[in-house]
Amino acid sequence: MVDAVQQQWSPNFAGEGSRASQRQAGLHRLMRRRSTIAFIMCLPLIVIVAGLIIYPAFYSIFLSMLNKSQTRFIGLGNFTYLLSRDVFWMVVQQSAIFALSAVFFKALIGLITAHLVNNLPSKGQRKWRGMLLVPWVIPLALSTLGWWWLFDPTHSAINWIIKGVGGEEIAWLSDPYWARFSVILVNVWYGAPFFLIMYLAALKSVPEQLYEAAAIDGANAWQRFVHITLPMMRNIIAITVLFSLIVTFANFDIVQIMTAGGPRNMTHVFATYAFLLGIRSGDIPLGSAVSLFMFPILAVSAVLILRGVRKRGREIA
Amino acid sequence: MRRSITRRSVLKSAALGSAAVLAAPYVRGAYAAGKLSLGCWDHWVPGANTTLTKLCNEWGEKNKVEVHIDYITSQGEKDKLTAAAEAQAGTGHDIMSHRDWNIQIHQRTLESLDDVANQLIKENGPISPVAEYLGKIKGVWRGIPTSVGSQVKPCCSRLDLYKEHAGIDLRDMFPADESKYDKAKTDLWTWDLYLSTAEKLFKAGYPVGLPMGQTSDAVDWVGALFKSYGVVMVDEKDNIKINSPETRQALEYLKKLMAVNPPEVYAWDDAGNNRWLISGKGSSIMNPPSAWAVAKRDNLKVAENCWTHAMPSGPKGRFVGQLPQFYGVWSFSPNKSAAKDLLLYISQRDSVRQLVAASSGYDLPSFKSLHDFDTWKTVEPPVGTVYSYPPRGDEQTSMAGAPARSEVGAQIYNQAINTVMVSKFTQGGEKLDDVIRWAEKELEGTLRA
Repeated sequence: MVDAVQQQWSPNFAGEGSRASQRQAGLHRLMRRRSTIAFIMCLPLIVIVAGLIIYPAFYSIFLSMLNKSQTRFIGLGNFTYLLSRDVFWMVVQQSAIFALSAVFFKALIGLITAHLVNNLPSKGQRKWRGMLLVPWVIPLALSTLGWWWLFDPTHSAINWIIKGVGGEEIAWLSDPYWARFSVILVNVWYGAPFFLIMYLAALKSVPEQLYEAAAIDGANAWQRFVHITLPMMRNIIAITVLFSLIVTFANFDIVQIMTAGGPRNMTHVFATYAFLLGIRSGDIPLGSAVSLFMFPILAVSAVLILRGVRKRGREIA
Repeated sequence: MRRSITRRSVLKSAALGSAAVLAAPYVRGAYAAGKLSLGCWDHWVPGANTTLTKLCNEWGEKNKVEVHIDYITSQGEKDKLTAAAEAQAGTGHDIMSHRDWNIQIHQRTLESLDDVANQLIKENGPISPVAEYLGKIKGVWRGIPTSVGSQVKPCCSRLDLYKEHAGIDLRDMFPADESKYDKAKTDLWTWDLYLSTAEKLFKAGYPVGLPMGQTSDAVDWVGALFKSYGVVMVDEKDNIKINSPETRQALEYLKKLMAVNPPEVYAWDDAGNNRWLISGKGSSIMNPPSAWAVAKRDNLKVAENCWTHAMPSGPKGRFVGQLPQFYGVWSFSPNKSAAKDLLLYISQRDSVRQLVAASSGYDLPSFKSLHDFDTWKTVEPPVGTVYSYPPRGDEQTSMAGAPARSEVGAQIYNQAINTVMVSKFTQGGEKLDDVIRWAEKELEGTLRA
């Protein structure tokens, strides 16, 4: 009887077993594949990006299409409303001035400093690299608070020094144009070390033989820079500019802490204006619409810059 | 021996339980509400939070409810961000404190508190019109005005400097006893007199410091001045009224007044005017007694000469900017009845008296009948310095943005349309007509649904 039962069941058992072992082997193979391991290791990051970036981004798009009380779908109503407002156009203009000038000066200062540091003897270089990176590693809110104290409308430390040497006080934050200058200055101070470190890495990767060959051909320093250094760094410059453009366009802390958008709304950027409308005035859909205006601008810049990078990559290949 | 559970015993227990639940008034049944959580504004006066916690715990012990309070700072609008996040998520504290326009902003997610408000009005008499404007939305009380953090922003001036350089004895004009107010003297305190004294103080090297940025101190005093000149930005029926002789008169006046202020007032945040007075450079600001309280700690000589008094009056009366705070109960709170009972408890006269004392008189109840606490008479130096902090005499409270619908008022206030107008005209040198046209367009934008 036992045999009969065994005979009756054994083929099935054998089948199950082989299927299980096949499955196990498949799983084993899957796990041994590099892409699977990579995917599993990236999974926590993917979950975080999906939960904290992708979902809020789509939710923000959804919110921007609701009316003020979030009870009715109004399509592009918030966007067309914004386009008809003078203050909004001023914010667009200011965001562009803020981001473009800050990125330009960060790139310029980063490039010059990277060259200077690269030409230092390797013994002292590490010290300088560390010191120059300090602005970038201090939490931005804290360092901006420090700058705000330096520019304080009534008790500015910088003005105290200027007065001490016989100069006239500068209305750093109370004059709209000086206020624009001040927020850009702080952004440049904070962001230039990022360019420095990227450019320094790029400079170190330029083969020394190219410079030697150029020197034999009689090229001077400027010619070596224009014809060797710059072409070899173009991709890094492009990617760094893109990253910085994205971060600078979306900047909130510096403007919010130093001027909160004033005087006369003349230092507002997209993020601070979105905060003013969305959180302080309680119009979350309109605030979302303001913040989404950054998206097409950044998307176009990203496409253009990355297309250039790909093109150069193909040329090199 | 184990007792068996019969159908009859289950029914009996259920019936007894239901009867107990139905009979319980609010939460007075033991452990009926379990826990109650509050998100409260973090008071800047040391010890003020402790008194609120003590009152809540007293109520909790009496009602067998575990009370948990999170104090949330208003620095960087963290309290508003928290409220916005809780309203969007539909979960969070049971009771949340709301500043300025937040009751209007969250009206759809706030429980009606008509029963609590009506009970308090019955006990204390009429409530400030500003508190009603901000807390009662479309005929329903969505927030209960609390004394905690509520404030008005009258003048806080230097007795010595006004006497020496402007020839005015403010203590004589506004004595620390309302019954001694002399109408003939207080009537002299007009915006015209304020300007002429400000000019004298400017010449003497001690200018008044009136913020003209886009934060609440600036918006509130300009709102009070506009009101006293009869300026209406948008009326109750959505009519834009900013293009008026009253607006022109107020702006022309402000041009003269801003000329005798330090130029940095355009960049001041809400702490700028406090620092100005405390430093000893300034002769007068418009603020709650926080500047005086900090001066007491940091510059006693200044504090000893500070006197809080009424705002100047204009052609349409004497107004002071009021900024009340509220407690709201979220509609998604599972403990609404307990929350309402707690709000009633901490709004009782004796509780409010303790809260006012703990804040050294900074907290201002919205009920006029609660403006008689000893704290305002006794705190010093000098004795009576904040007696006139609660509106006395003919002073009335005002809110920039009113009388427009509160949805519209919130936009006007938070976008600081009044101070931007003044800045454009006084600092930016724009033409009066252009400034008014700009304001009309901005106000038109606030009317969108």
